[in-house]
Amino acid sequence: MSIDEKIKELVMDKLNVTAEQVTIEASFVEDLGADSLDQAELVLALEDEFNLTISDKDSESILTVGKAIEYIQSQVKE
Amino acid sequence: MKPLDGKTALITGSARGIGRAIAVKLGSMGANIVISDVLDELCQETAGQLAEAGYQTLSAPGNVTNPDDVAAMIKSVVDKFGSLDILVNNAGITKDALLIRQTPESWDAVMAVNLKGAFLTSQASSRVMMKARSGKIINISSVVGLMGNAGQSNYSASKAGLIGLTKSMAKELAGRNITVNAVAPGYIATQMTKDLPQSAQDAFLSGIPLKRPGTADDVADAVAFLASPQSDYITGQVLQVDGGMLM
Ligand SMILES: NC(=O)c1ccc[n+]([C@@H]2O[C@H](COP(=O)([O-])OP(=O)(O)OC[C@H]3O[C@@H](n4cnc5c(N)ncnc54)[C@H](O)[C@@H]3O)[C@@H](O)[C@H]2O)c1
Repeated sequence: MSIDEKIKELVMDKLNVTAEQVTIEASFVEDLGADSLDQAELVLALEDEFNLTISDKDSESILTVGKAIEYIQSQVKE
Repeated sequence: MKPLDGKTALITGSARGIGRAIAVKLGSMGANIVISDVLDELCQETAGQLAEAGYQTLSAPGNVTNPDDVAAMIKSVVDKFGSLDILVNNAGITKDALLIRQTPESWDAVMAVNLKGAFLTSQASSRVMMKARSGKIINISSVVGLMGNAGQSNYSASKAGLIGLTKSMAKELAGRNITVNAVAPGYIATQMTKDLPQSAQDAFLSGIPLKRPGTADDVADAVAFLASPQSDYITGQVLQVDGGMLM
């Protein structure tokens, strides 16, 4: 599975949303109904899935599905 | 059908005393029981006794002040039982001294076990409970956390801190159907109280309207209620089990 597929699946699972809702532009809070705890859970799930540590500062910038994919790609490449 | 059939309960500091009584009680209600304690051998022994009594039991020794121990503890629980539904933060210590004789070391030691320990185990457990969208966390505080007690500045501060932790976690986790409550025992006859000077024991007894020390079972009964579905609509509360000592 590619990184973006994995992330989309995580988002669907964590936020209980459908594949159609998880577009690149979708904002976790505004479009997908995430609350602050959902966001924290999502970051934890990303950390577990990709075996990395995401700082609080970095996690603040992960606001959309696209941002999450972009961020993970940049981290995994390094 | 028992009320806690299929549920898994981790009780810290459960090799002896109140924690052990809680473990036996929850076991008798059908829960899978995880005995955990920093006292390795006694932990195994107690777990062995519960297993002999017919309860599904796991021994998961560890020090609650150590994040690695806590992570290993929670992992062993999930590996064995596949879930973690009830966490009882019971591990606790006292290092009593009057304020002017209190050392920074004893302050830190008491805070580490009583408060940081509960934070670490709750944090690790809440990840499992959040996924499951249900859970019960019960923190064993103390009436002295509510009323103060000469000679116990460190201990009472840690137990009051536990109440703040209880309420914040209750608010954070409510959306995931996890309830968090505290039990505040009064004067309970255990090893911990046997170690108190006689004068302190007498002073406690004279202030108890029900005119007897509490038992570990009295505390276990309150925990059983907060661990059962009968308390599903109760969160962020402090249940005093103190014979009326503090009203
Ligand atoms: N006995 C009382 O009158 C009374 C009153 C109010 C509250 N409490 C609270 O009830 C709880 C149980 O007390 P008890 O009277 O059964 O005492 P206890 O000393 O018999 O039991 C406490 C257990 O916690 C364990 N423990 C200590 N440090 C630990 C650590 N770092 N990691 C893991 N385990 C650790 C101990 O080994 C022990 O088995 C404590 O939190 C205590 O503060 C007791």
